[in-house]
Amino acid sequence: MIAATTLTRADLADSVHREIGLSRAESSKLIEQILGFMCGALSDGQNVKISGFGSFVLRDKGERVGRNPKTGVEVPIEPRRVLTFRASQMLRDRIVKAG
Amino acid sequence: MIRSELVQKLAAENADLSAKDIERIVDVFFDEISARLAEGGRIELRGFGAFSTRARGGRTGRNPRTGEAVEVDAKRVPYFKPGKEMRERLNV
Repeated sequence: MIAATTLTRADLADSVHREIGLSRAESSKLIEQILGFMCGALSDGQNVKISGFGSFVLRDKGERVGRNPKTGVEVPIEPRRVLTFRASQMLRDRIVKAG
Repeated sequence: MIRSELVQKLAAENADLSAKDIERIVDVFFDEISARLAEGGRIELRGFGAFSTRARGGRTGRNPRTGEAVEVDAKRVPYFKPGKEMRERLNV
């Protein structure tokens, strides 16, 4: 089925175009804005929580000593901020039910 | 930021659209991603990240209250991998 292909921005814009009736250009702009606002909030250090979908949660990792797996040389890994996604129970259930 | 704040920001940028349309657009966005995940597909949003599902094998779990063993079926769980640009933006 269509699931073989990867869904992209263009597909999302197309859905907005078909379902809401906005022009393709405007639909595409709206998709960019949604992603832009989510990216912006996360870059500002804010978690993003979308009810019924899930939460994008920032986590601050402390410094640790890593190792180059090829050479075995120890290298410090700087403290950094990482992004994790926690799907809502609704989304988890939907995926489990779909099998 | 929560969903309603995202809707407000979009409304402020798009005075020509009704509040109802903005709501529907946000719904379409997250519904399309959810639907594709349910189909077992993948969603790739350059600069943001990629959504996919991962298989979890069945296992024997335990009811934490009673300690009773229960079989947990194999299932698929949603997974998100942040894009390179996103990861870099978080650490500037």
